[in-house]
Amino acid sequence: MPKWTKPKMLTDATLSFCPGCSHGIATKLVAEVLDELGLQSKTVEVASVGCSVFSYNFFNCDSQQAAHGRAPAVATGIKRVHPDKIVFTYQGDGDLASIGLAEIVHAGLRGENITVIFINNAIYGMTGGQMAPTTLIGQKTSTSPFGRDPKKQGNPIKMCELLATQTGPAYIERVMVSDYANILKTKKAIKKAFEYQIAGKGFTMIEILAACPTNWGMNPPDAMQFIKNDMAANYPLGVYKDIGGDK
Amino acid sequence: MTKKVLMKGNEAIAEAAVRGGCRFFFGYPITPQTEIPEYLSWRLFEVGGDFVQAESEVAAINMVYGAGGAGGRAMTSSSSPGISLKQEGISYMAMAEIPAVVVNMVRAGPGLGGIQPAQSDYSQAVKGGGHGDYKLLVYAPATIQEAVNLMYIAWDKAEQYRIPVFILGDGMMGQLMEPIELPPMKQPNDPEKFDWATTGSHYGEGRRIINSLYLKSEECLQQNYRLQAKYREIEKNEVICETIDCDDAEIVLTAYGSVGRICKSALPILRQKGIKVGLIRPTTLFPFATKVFEEVANKPNVKRFLTVELSAGQYNEDVRLAVNGKKPIDLLSRMGGEVMSAEDIVEKVMEVIK
Repeated sequence: MPKWTKPKMLTDATLSFCPGCSHGIATKLVAEVLDELGLQSKTVEVASVGCSVFSYNFFNCDSQQAAHGRAPAVATGIKRVHPDKIVFTYQGDGDLASIGLAEIVHAGLRGENITVIFINNAIYGMTGGQMAPTTLIGQKTSTSPFGRDPKKQGNPIKMCELLATQTGPAYIERVMVSDYANILKTKKAIKKAFEYQIAGKGFTMIEILAACPTNWGMNPPDAMQFIKNDMAANYPLGVYKDIGGDK
Repeated sequence: MTKKVLMKGNEAIAEAAVRGGCRFFFGYPITPQTEIPEYLSWRLFEVGGDFVQAESEVAAINMVYGAGGAGGRAMTSSSSPGISLKQEGISYMAMAEIPAVVVNMVRAGPGLGGIQPAQSDYSQAVKGGGHGDYKLLVYAPATIQEAVNLMYIAWDKAEQYRIPVFILGDGMMGQLMEPIELPPMKQPNDPEKFDWATTGSHYGEGRRIINSLYLKSEECLQQNYRLQAKYREIEKNEVICETIDCDDAEIVLTAYGSVGRICKSALPILRQKGIKVGLIRPTTLFPFATKVFEEVANKPNVKRFLTVELSAGQYNEDVRLAVNGKKPIDLLSRMGGEVMSAEDIVEKVMEVIK
């Protein structure tokens, strides 16, 4: 068995996430991919608002911290100045799919050559467990205490499906980090997204179904099961768009 | 002496931006400034720059945040309602110390208001505008030539202080045509030369972070001190203000921007009537020309002031603070896009000195 070493693209900062939170896994996977593709000294990360806000403390590269929802716009500005550099955003579901919906959709429509790492845990984690645009029907949160009722609180948004219907995005895949096999699949998807960006193919987004045990009120193993059984049932895994190798 | 060219205000501002080293524009259409993005949408590609028509004013200012933070010379332009939408981003840029230029060709407000010239965004521009304690370096040109000259130095100042520079114009200036002299092309700095820009070239210890988040109150306090120290430095070094005939004036007019220009036209008419009149016309609104007002207010020959503005007295508040009760001040104000003429100013002077 190979000895695990900390990716170079991770700093020594202590991760600020709760026990069982998937942010740690996702952050590590991105760092490993950046290492494997030799992207040290070539990358700018864009942090967003939410539990992802501190990602600039963890990724060992240049970073900009963006206003809530605006990471794809900030990334656009950076990429237009440095088209030869790798630019990625690291955003949660409240940031990307609610307040930042316009920015993510139009970055996709422009085919902006950036990579978006989208962490979907169906809840606002940083502010303490309020309903997110991605909260499942029936799911209880601190602002949907009786469970999300579509008649009162609307329906969950499916970002991969939404963006895949548009011309512009190059590669869109939904994955989950519920178990070892899926973590490997997630890493593969992240790697492919960055490879597409290196090749100049345009906009790529990886949606990662993730756990928030603290705000879901579950222990970590149950939270992993919730990803597998409930999240994945509502947000089907798979490749939603792939323009392939030629373009 | 270079040859003069006849240009519309908005287009002259856009060309001066390019000559001042601007290479990136992010914006959204709104009257009466749309000629700026229209012009730059082809011009920037001639100089190896880039242009994005953003999905919103909000996205546009955040693109400027990204580009400016990455060391590019970037700008956006808009008009009053659009500038309101950008305020969150401008506040972030102030805290993250991002150099960039924002142009506001002011129209009448509040709300959707009208598209005629106004100065009713004075407080928003000069007092900060978004949340938090911050200032912008605010230039208010009175002529197209002055606007050109200020655009030309705007990024130099923005990078010197790592601050957003704000150009406060109005619809009149944007639409007017005048013969102007254009300065020579200036090359932008290489982003790699800045020790703060996130160019992507840094890894590990030397990596750069552009950030406005300071969760620990002590760190947030220190960053606020840093910003305030910078604003004091700007107050010391960057005041630009024109004074005319204040040495023998009994009444001193004060106005900025296009209204300053109208006041200038009123001066010879009043002098012809035997009225000893002067003018204070600040070009920078932050930093404010407080010392100039103090000096003029202390002159024994100066009996009173008349503030002239296209807003309800927003500018006059700062004039009153600077004059500090030393002399009486009257106000000639127009709102809603109505512009006073030189004759209106003459009439008001005759009325107040009676």
